[in-house]
Amino acid sequence: MNILDLFRQRKKKEPTASIAKERLQIIVAHERGQRSTPDYLPALQKELVEVIRKYVNIEQDQVHVALENQGTCSILELNITLPDR
Amino acid sequence: MSKILVVTSGKGGVGKTTTSAAIGTGLALRGHKTVIVDFDVGLRNLDLIMGCERRVVYDFVNVVNGEATLSQALIKDKRLENLYVLAASQTRDKDALTQEGVEKVLTELKQTFEYVVCDSPAGIEKGAHLAMYFADEAIVVTNPEVSSVRDSDRMLGLLASKSRRAEKGEDPIKEHLLLTRYNPERVIRGEMLGVEDVEEILAIRLLGVIPESQAVLKASNQGVPVILDDQSDAGQAYSDAVDRLLGKEIAHRFLDVKKQGFLQRLFGGRP
Repeated sequence: MNILDLFRQRKKKEPTASIAKERLQIIVAHERGQRSTPDYLPALQKELVEVIRKYVNIEQDQVHVALENQGTCSILELNITLPDR
Repeated sequence: MSKILVVTSGKGGVGKTTTSAAIGTGLALRGHKTVIVDFDVGLRNLDLIMGCERRVVYDFVNVVNGEATLSQALIKDKRLENLYVLAASQTRDKDALTQEGVEKVLTELKQTFEYVVCDSPAGIEKGAHLAMYFADEAIVVTNPEVSSVRDSDRMLGLLASKSRRAEKGEDPIKEHLLLTRYNPERVIRGEMLGVEDVEEILAIRLLGVIPESQAVLKASNQGVPVILDDQSDAGQAYSDAVDRLLGKEIAHRFLDVKKQGFLQRLFGGRP
């Protein structure tokens, strides 16, 4: 710090640390949420698509697999969009 | 009871090797027989920081492959009676270590040493995974900076799910936060995340705060662990961290700005 800094400090005072903290809190919470989903979900989704395809012709993105945690119980939600007949 | 301690972070360049050298040396200074193991195969540097680079004959990979015995590969520290270093291989690639090989060496080390300090490579790949897999306790080295904090959180997730303790359903790895390169001046000016901010985000026990210090470079230049520079702020902060690791309750130091005189402020005195 020198004599010029003493004057410069008076002006711009945008505390960037608080921005850093806010951004971190958001991204860390988001990534922790993803972390808790089991890593078998993508494989499960792929195999489900294969089974359904034996009977109905569907695309990969027509099967949605999601795991939700509510307290002590986990809900596995399957959402399969069948094509129009 | 011997303990395996991993020094890890995810991000590179935050001070893992400096910390491994300081903590390992600090444990030995307090009378515990300690070995520091470099897991950074291909990019070894612990030997340089410890000042034993010219005495490396056999390394970790040689022992894993049965090309040398552990006693041939262990390098005895010249300063401390009960401190040893096991260097990483410089010429092999990172796949040279296997889980079985690492387990065999660590089991053997646990028979002779009270503390086995594992210096993890950066990243979250094989080397870093092997360094933390068998750990009882982890020191997560973090800089007060966004990418380092995020990577540390990622590493905490891996410690909790991909370690041997997690896979076997044993008690989890005990996690410690070590905040390094801390600059209290910038924290007060609102330019740097403060210790409370990082603690709040990562939510693990704070082992210590190491101030950004010229002593660290000075020590690494000479191949002397910075903890042996007991006049320096960083050396003293590491010393406190070792005491806390051993269960002592010590107040945190070096969190406040040193008071500067009026003239010092005018003419740019470095704190």
